[in-house]
Amino acid sequence: MKKSKSLFVVTLLVYVFLIGPLLVIMAASFSDTTYLKFPGEGFTLRWYQQIMQVKSFGSAAKNSIIIAFGGTFVALLLGLPAAYALNRYRFKGKELIKSLFLSPVLIPVIVLGFVMLRYVVNRFKLPALPSLLIGHTILSIPYVMRVVTSSLANFDFSMEEAARILGAGNVYTFFHILLPNIKSGIVSACIMAIINSFNNVSLSAFLTSAGVSMLPIEMMAYVEYHFDPTIAALATLLMVITLGVMLVIEKTLGLKSVV
Amino acid sequence: MLEKKTKIYWLFILPGCLFLAFFMLIPLFSLLFKSFVDEGGRFSLANYFALFESTYFKQVFLRSIRLSLTSTVVCAFLGFPTAYYISKYSKNKGVLMALAVFPMFTSPVIRSFSWMVILGKKGIVNDLLVKSGIVSKPIGLLYNEFSMIVGFIQLFLPLMILSLIGIMDNISEDLNLAAGSLGASRLGTFRHVVLPLSIPGLVTGSVLVFTGCLTAYTTPQLLGGTDTRVLATMIYQQAMSLGDWTQASVVAVVMIVVTIAVSSVINGISRKLNPTI
Repeated sequence: MKKSKSLFVVTLLVYVFLIGPLLVIMAASFSDTTYLKFPGEGFTLRWYQQIMQVKSFGSAAKNSIIIAFGGTFVALLLGLPAAYALNRYRFKGKELIKSLFLSPVLIPVIVLGFVMLRYVVNRFKLPALPSLLIGHTILSIPYVMRVVTSSLANFDFSMEEAARILGAGNVYTFFHILLPNIKSGIVSACIMAIINSFNNVSLSAFLTSAGVSMLPIEMMAYVEYHFDPTIAALATLLMVITLGVMLVIEKTLGLKSVV
Repeated sequence: MLEKKTKIYWLFILPGCLFLAFFMLIPLFSLLFKSFVDEGGRFSLANYFALFESTYFKQVFLRSIRLSLTSTVVCAFLGFPTAYYISKYSKNKGVLMALAVFPMFTSPVIRSFSWMVILGKKGIVNDLLVKSGIVSKPIGLLYNEFSMIVGFIQLFLPLMILSLIGIMDNISEDLNLAAGSLGASRLGTFRHVVLPLSIPGLVTGSVLVFTGCLTAYTTPQLLGGTDTRVLATMIYQQAMSLGDWTQASVVAVVMIVVTIAVSSVINGISRKLNPTI
């Protein structure tokens, strides 16, 4: 047991290192001082009201939500049929196509942002919002592919066959036989993809424009010029939402199925 | 019966393929192609020679490798005992796993920013240093390689821990007991049983941490200074601030090559050492 004690101490220190800074931010968001301070002084909620006063946060948050959900939705439209076909049919070049759908995780996101700006946005004069949607769709495709493929691997395709023999059409079979069986896989893929997309900086840094920004980009810009607890309040708000999402996942799917 | 409908799968696959080809592959190949061409449109390595002759780039490149390597090694040393404890001894495994996942779901902007609060001139670390008399006035702990490494480790340590737990969970307790009953000491069991069997997790984790550090943009942008640029911040600076698209492209190609080389070489070596992976 002596060994487990020293292991415990290391683990404790590691977790203080991982979680501590986040708790510091939470504590500092209530500090009644004009600059960020930990330990803080007094207690106030005014920094939470202040979030609303920063105009750029509101529109950027809206964009971030639209793009994270929209991009993941498009990724699902493109990835789900492909994952289905890759599991269902045998054909040449299957592995190659699978690696194509997984490849966006291999390419550094910062490079992806750069090449999209140079060879897509600038070349075709694409406005910021559609370019962000395209970029974030690319980010989400591997998540959909990986998780859906693994849940399809456990799906018994003879059930589909059985439904057809009993007279079910293709559409009916898809919605009533296939989809319910891989639903939790799809949901966990979407949650992961949405979180990843919402937090992304490297891609958005290249694709946002003067009028159209994303929340992490605005937060970064704010941090570079201001050092008041507003940003700590916003960060705390986002972390509470993340915690809520994690709790819901744990209660419904189990966190293990997502990570 | 399946064979009759053979071609229908292309209908399922094609939209995604075209999307990725058009918005990702063609741009990537254009990047690669353009980087090997001079202003007159002829094949040339001039862009690469120019880059590798620049002392600025050499510094940035070596700094990127050095910081990523240091962070990976520290993550391995911190992650290994932590994962081992969680996998073999902990009673609250679920909670500890969730606490490791939580930072991964939190924005890198928030995580890097938290270190700006802690390591700043008015931060708690400087407070303690001054109060305890180790230094007479607050020292600059931010915007240097130290703060970047701290940020990187906090960013990517969960990946290392989770990769290791995944592997360690599969090491049967029977093996440890067997080694013990055959006379191996605890250290001996660890060295000859646990450590070798955990190597696949260590490899996966190290590749993830290294490539993560090498390509991270937010952390070096917030915690690094202007004289501690790395590859990712250099690409952004060249393209967006200096408008030097050619040099940004060449740096981007270098980054892709290093990332893919590192992950395939390390994974290849580990597959050779342990063909069962």
